[in-house]
This record gives sequence, structure tokens and C-alpha cells, in this order.
Amino acid sequence: MTEVNSMNGTMHAPMRSMTFGFRRLSAALLLLALVVVSQSGARAQDFPALTGRVVDEAHVLSSGTKAQLIEQLAAFEAKSSDQLVVATVRSTGESPIEPYANQLFRHWGLGQAGENNGVLLLVAIDDRKMRIEVGYGLEGILTDLLSRLIIENSMVPEFRAGNYEAGIRRGVDDIISVLEGNADELKARAERNAEKSLGQDTWGKVVFVLFVSFFVSIFGFSILASIFGKKLAPGRYKWLGIAVSYGGGASSGSAGSRGRSGRSGGGFSGGGGSSGGGGASGGW
Amino acid sequence: MMTLNLSADRSRYGLAAVLLSALVLLSGCGVNAIPTYEEQAKAAWSQVLNQYQRRADLIPNLIETVKGYAAHEKDVLTSVVEARAKATSVQIPADVLTDPKAFETFQQNQSELTSALSRLLAISENYPDLKANQNFLALQSQLEGTENRIAVARRDYIEAVRLYNTELRTVPGRWWAAFIYSDARPMQTFSIDAESRAVPKVSFD
Repeated sequence: MTEVNSMNGTMHAPMRSMTFGFRRLSAALLLLALVVVSQSGARAQDFPALTGRVVDEAHVLSSGTKAQLIEQLAAFEAKSSDQLVVATVRSTGESPIEPYANQLFRHWGLGQAGENNGVLLLVAIDDRKMRIEVGYGLEGILTDLLSRLIIENSMVPEFRAGNYEAGIRRGVDDIISVLEGNADELKARAERNAEKSLGQDTWGKVVFVLFVSFFVSIFGFSILASIFGKKLAPGRYKWLGIAVSYGGGASSGSAGSRGRSGRSGGGFSGGGGSSGGGGASGGW
Repeated sequence: MMTLNLSADRSRYGLAAVLLSALVLLSGCGVNAIPTYEEQAKAAWSQVLNQYQRRADLIPNLIETVKGYAAHEKDVLTSVVEARAKATSVQIPADVLTDPKAFETFQQNQSELTSALSRLLAISENYPDLKANQNFLALQSQLEGTENRIAVARRDYIEAVRLYNTELRTVPGRWWAAFIYSDARPMQTFSIDAESRAVPKVSFD
């Protein structure tokens, strides 16, 4: 999406002239940023915001239960790095619960980016439907069958009796116990994530610093050469044994850097994981 | 002592600078967009095939299990077996994505299998013993999960193709396609099949 915009923004650059004004460039970049922001805002419209680990849009959980669940889920993520989020909505609208759950999962980006180890427990109260949506990385542990068994054996009986709170609590307990069942894999994944988040950051910084310092030193050298160097001819200087010449077809390009803007604010956000539709649904 | 005489080969240096900046500017204005989108669409397509294959692999076991409880539902069982054979035996041509006819055939075969399977799952409701069978429960949940994964993979593919086809039809992608990617063709995408579009008939006789 961003690529299309950046193309439109700078397409005429090589055709007109190579000296694309800095002011115009920055105006184009600003426009691009505005377009990107407005688009990402437009896509977010019909999903509830990820306000925490428990998003109770349907208001079926008491504040005590909610706090207890949040604590339980946070403790579990701290231990395993698996992100489990509980969401209740009144209805999923016109779309069935399966595509809604998948899109909501991806919209929130549950689970760590490389591991896709998120789980979404979604309940649509008025539709009388529920779904456990499992990220790619957990499909092998929390299989479709296990998800279904959790829904049918633990959740549906409670929901039929009208005990939404108890049903959700039992569902969460079961999901966690299934995910914990594989303790070694759980630990390994948690360690991998701890290493990776540190490793990636540091390497990215090192490469960036090297890259920047390379260019800065070239520019810096050419400037310093004109100040400290020995003048050989008009526009030619020699400093530290290196001859530098100025003028002529010197043109400077500017490279914009595009990064994924991190979501800020709030105590909790998704790690950027994705789901391919694993899990199971049920109704009561 | 290192000596680097920049002015001696000014022209070569200038040429390199022009090439470098041309590279930066070109990649900025989308010369790579068409191949990038094409690869993304192809990857999404592989995922679609992968999930259809997963479904086909589940069927022999499912048939065996259902047979044990509902052997006399021969029609439904045979229709599933035949639809599976049809869907898996047809060799998918390499240009299936850009050939409307081949794509249509593929979609047709798979949707026949989908409807045969849903009939099979529907009749299984009539056999309490079958429904209580653990093996059947496992297969059924895997099958449902796979159908859902197929739906997700198809949606991702449709989106990837939309991006690719839009790039081919809009400026500047259109110009790049004319200049350097003359072999790029728009890709086919899934349509909702006639069967699921039809209004279900209800009769009380």
C-alpha cells in the first residue's frame, strides 16, 4: 500500500530533472505520510480497539473477573511469550464469526511477529457463537480438535446455562493448560523471543550507524579537505594524501527511510503475529 | 599512504554516480513493483493449493470412518470419492493463474468437492454412533478447520491479485509493464460460485 503511494509521489522526478528540490521532496513526503495515516485509520473502522488483554465490548464480565483474567493472561505471556486475548462483542455483523475472528486477529496482530503465537478467544453474545482463533505458530499445539473440545466440553455447557463469565474463565484455563502441556517447546519459544528481540534491535542499530557514518565521513572529509587541505588548483584540494575536486556535476541524492511505525500508548499491544484460520468455532 | 585521485577518472566516477542515482530513483518509482506483487500473488496462490491439498488428504480417512457406520449412504460417499478424484487427478497447468479457462476448471472442481463434502457432513448428523466416534470428531474438526483455512487463503489470494492487477492497470505500473514486463498478464481471481449465490429453496412437502 505504501509502495503504490511512494511511486505516485516520486514518479516524475527522473523525468523533469535530477535536482529535485528539497522543499518539494519534503512536501511530497508529508503528503505521503498523510495518505498512509488516513488509510490506516480508514481500515480500522469496524473493529473494537485493542484496549487490553480482555476486550469486553459486550459487557458480560464483572470488573473482578476481568482483572483476574488480565492478570492470568499477562502472567502467561511473561512466561511463554504466547499472547492470549479474550474479546466479547455483541455481534459480528453480517459476516460469520470465522472471517471476523481472523480479520480481527490480524488487525490486532496477536502473537510475536516471527512466531505468530497468538490466540484469540472471541465470543459474539447476540449471535450465540464463539471461536478460538489460533495463530500459525500454535496450530500444532492448540489443534483444531483441541480447540473444538475446549469449546464443546468446557464453554458451551456454561454458556447454555447463562454463565458467560464461568464459560470464558474455563475456556481460558483450558487453552492455557493445552499450551502449557508442551513445556519444553514453550520455554524454548520464550527464550528464542527474548534473544531475538534483543538481537534484531542491536544489529539494526549497528548497520544503521555504520551506514550513516560512512556517508557522513565522505561528506565530512570533502568539506574538511577544502579547509585544511592544500590547494592544488581552483576547486581541487589535497588533504591527507587524497585529492578531492569540487564543482561540475555533483548531485546529491536523498534516500528516505521507511519503517514500520510502532504502536504506542496503552499498556498492551499485539506483537505483529498472524493467523491463517486455525482453531474452531461453536455455538450455544 | 593511500592515494585516491578522484579527479583523474572524473568521467568514470560521474557515470557511477549517475547509475547509482538512477537505481535509487527507479526503485523509488516502482520499477520493482510488478515483480514484487507478482511474487506475493504467487505465494498466496501456493497457500491456496496447499490448503486444498490438505483437504484432499483428509478425505480417504473420513470415507473409511463414515463407511463403518453409514455404509448404505452409497450415493453420498461415491460422490465425495469421485469429486476428490476429479479435483486431484487434473494436472494444474503452469499458467493456471493467467488462463481464465484453466482457472475456471480448477475452481469448478474444487467447489464440487466442497458441496459433496458438506452433504457428507450433513448426513452424518443422522448417525449418533458416528458422531460419537472420536476418530470422526477429529476428522470433522480438521475438515472444518481446513475449509476455514481455504477461505482465509482464498481471501489473501484475492487481495494479492487485486494489488497486482491494479498495479498492471494503473500508471506508472502500466508504463513499466509496457516497457520491460511485456509478459505480465493480469491474474484470475476467485468468484463466488453459482451454487452459494443461489437462494436456498425451502419446500414443505
